[in-house]
Amino acid sequence: MAQDRMTGSEILVKALVDQGVDVLFGYPGGAVLPIYDAIFQQNQLRHILVRQEGGAVHAAEGYARSTGKVGVVLVTSGPGATNCVTGLTDALMDSIPVVCLTGQVATHLIGNDAFQEADTVGITRPCTKHNYLVKSIEDLARTIHEAFHVAKSGRPGPVVVDLPKDVMTALGSYLPPAKARHRSYNPQVKGDLSRIEQAVDLLANAKKPLIYAGGGVINAGPAASQLLTNLADLTGAPTTLTLMGLGALPASHKNFVGMVGMHGSLEANMCMHDCDVMLCVGARFDDRVTGRLDAFSPGSKKIHIDIDASSINKNIAVDVPIIGDCAYVLEDIIKVWKSRQAKCDGKALASWWDEIEGWRARDSFKYTQSGEVIKPQYALERLNAHLKGRDDVFISTEVGQHQMWAAQFLDFEKPNHWMTSGGLGTMGYGLPAAMGVQVAHPDALCIDVAGEASILMNIQEMATLAQYRLPVKVFILNNRWMGMVRQWQEFFFGGRYSESYMDSLPDFVKLAESFGAVGLRVSDPEKLDDVIAEMIATPSAVIVDVAVDPNENVYPMIPAGAAHNQITMSPDEQAVLDAASTDEGLALV
Amino acid sequence: MIKSEQRKATIAVLVDNEPGVLARVIGLFSGRGYNIDSLTVSEVDAAAHLSRITIVTSGTEMVITQIKAQLQRLVPVHRTSDLTVEGPYVERELALVKVSSSGETRVEALRIADIFRARAVDSTINSFVFEITGSLEKISAFVDLMRPLGLVDVSRTGVVAISRGPDPI
Ligand SMILES: Cc1cc2nc3c(=O)[nH]c(=O)nc-3n(C[C@H](O)[C@H](O)[C@H](O)COP(=O)(O)OP(=O)(O)OC[C@H]3O[C@@H](n4cnc5c(N)ncnc54)[C@H](O)[C@@H]3O)c2cc1C
Ligand SMILES: Cc1ncc(C[n+]2csc(CCOP(=O)(O)OP(=O)(O)O)c2C)c(N)n1
Repeated sequence: MAQDRMTGSEILVKALVDQGVDVLFGYPGGAVLPIYDAIFQQNQLRHILVRQEGGAVHAAEGYARSTGKVGVVLVTSGPGATNCVTGLTDALMDSIPVVCLTGQVATHLIGNDAFQEADTVGITRPCTKHNYLVKSIEDLARTIHEAFHVAKSGRPGPVVVDLPKDVMTALGSYLPPAKARHRSYNPQVKGDLSRIEQAVDLLANAKKPLIYAGGGVINAGPAASQLLTNLADLTGAPTTLTLMGLGALPASHKNFVGMVGMHGSLEANMCMHDCDVMLCVGARFDDRVTGRLDAFSPGSKKIHIDIDASSINKNIAVDVPIIGDCAYVLEDIIKVWKSRQAKCDGKALASWWDEIEGWRARDSFKYTQSGEVIKPQYALERLNAHLKGRDDVFISTEVGQHQMWAAQFLDFEKPNHWMTSGGLGTMGYGLPAAMGVQVAHPDALCIDVAGEASILMNIQEMATLAQYRLPVKVFILNNRWMGMVRQWQEFFFGGRYSESYMDSLPDFVKLAESFGAVGLRVSDPEKLDDVIAEMIATPSAVIVDVAVDPNENVYPMIPAGAAHNQITMSPDEQAVLDAASTDEGLALV
Repeated sequence: MIKSEQRKATIAVLVDNEPGVLARVIGLFSGRGYNIDSLTVSEVDAAAHLSRITIVTSGTEMVITQIKAQLQRLVPVHRTSDLTVEGPYVERELALVKVSSSGETRVEALRIADIFRARAVDSTINSFVFEITGSLEKISAFVDLMRPLGLVDVSRTGVVAISRGPDPI
């Protein structure tokens, strides 16, 4: 039937619409002109024109993390595709579902060093969950549907679909999303029941239980966070979250002991070290969390729930591995717990909590705001106060000290409201990510907590904010240093501050204005609250340049390669740092 | 707790026979720093587009478990099996071994070939090409014996393996 024949570009658009896509982040070029022409002629897909392809991927990540949907990117061949590599790697490390459509030269030119040709599938193979080169129009619709399935199911991740130009202009027929199971790729979501029973046994008999939950709980959807909260209530166990897991348990929950890891709270890290049963839910025993592996939680039995078998027993050997989606597994654990009317040993639990309160009382995030300069922690504490009670706030960050302080001082009551680059630690992530969040939630308050160095890495996206009237707020903690680098140089390299000073910074107020945004500046602690209030009240995009103490360091800190109980609490404890920083540790990042 | 002895593992992997699948497997090994002692691949079911990859690797128990899990996570992978631990299996390799010599050494080469059940598949006045099949160790032993007897070249297929008994993999 001739009328059923469509061009590749039309098939692509229809497949995207059928996949529930409403917005693409992209940038045009020669190889994708046919696709852009099809986009021009329809009105179901909205296209957001970014200013650099890397920004498109981070925007898609922000969109995805804040909605639970797949973020979609469209870029041209060659440089368009290679500019996406950082974002794709970021999405892979943080398990973010993204489908990235890249243009490619015509099939007969592939391999000829044609204009703007790059081996996109070759380059992106190690930084995607999976990738495809569509060589024939007959494979197009099926491949697009499969790409979405792979991106969002199991452990989510980025998928690249490389689209040669001739395939986009060829005629073919459309195929609706298939219900059929994939031939080989079918991730297991239900956990093994006998293992779940073992887990309940361990938890119920624990004297010092700990729940350690991570990004996988966010990946599993809001229901998983609710179930995690239920389990914390049922067991009474202290619960810590990774950087990626913040929001999975409300920050105000009485069982929450703060973030774990290198810059996590004393109580969370001491719980990790001293617990006798650890329930790890959707977290991957990352080196920022475990510290020295052979000293990691030496006395505990470990239960690990993860949808990806390769996360289990990778760094840390566990006693009860449970492969499955944490929403399903948590539900089953709760069922078994209730059916057995299980209860933790109340006395043991009470004395465990006494110990924890002792650590908590030491207030490991403590700092002193005094004098004329704004402490970065104070700026965030005040920001947090202004955001209290609102449930329409989304926070993204760049990478560095400000990111750690944001994790420590901002409260996340719900999942999907916190976007940060954890695994790759990509400076330049926060602004485009906030942009993607704002596109998905036009009326929300989207704030990028930034450092003055990181923000310059994708500052061009201010123009995108202007074009689409996206009122993102950029809250720069300006310490005039690559603070995190300076901190390591101070601690571990004898204060030799090699290339970490941010000389020749722009005037951020004028910079904001030149992009049609509002620029605000504050250096007086007394005026901080007014400026934050003004930022929130401003209907357009804002850059706030907060001049903060340039010498402040992030505490507590567990140096790389040290154990949890070798945690440094404050500047007075430099000796602990020195003792903990072994030669081996210095070789670690 | 963490067993750190190294062991060998022969892993069979059933994959979709699609472009790039071998690159994915090899990229996984090089990217994550796993050893490949031997790797073979060939289509085994044309109608179902299935290929079988046999990999001989070595590592600690934890690393080998990781390798299996990482392989299983590749989208075109249907099944992986660590034959070394999952019951008895047969492992074979084929090699073509070229030896050039004369006189007593030539006779000796032929005699040893006979003991190893290697066949001469090519011969000239001063050379043989032997075909030998067997375990990796057997072939290595044969090649070592041929070295002083005029070994010129060796071409080995790499290991193929299959489980014993009626069940697949
Ligand atoms: C400067 C800097 C400092 C840092 N310091 C810290 C620190 O102090 N503390 C800290 O915690 N992090 C820190 N990080 C982040 C750290 O590098 C890791 O990104 C983070 O710890 C990983 O979080 P996660 O374990 O929750 O795993 P994620 O990366 O979120 O991975 C999720 C895990 O859950 C699994 N999963 C996914 N979906 C599901 C599902 N549906 N069901 C079940 N399982 C699922 C995945 O397979 C994976 O194993 C820092 C990062 C930077 C840049
Ligand atoms: C793209 C990239 N390059 C380099 C780094 C290494 N790095 C980590 S933190 C940091 C400094 C960040 O400085 P800034 O944005 O000012 O934040 P601060 O630490 O001062 O809060 C650098 C260079 C990185 N994470 N990402």
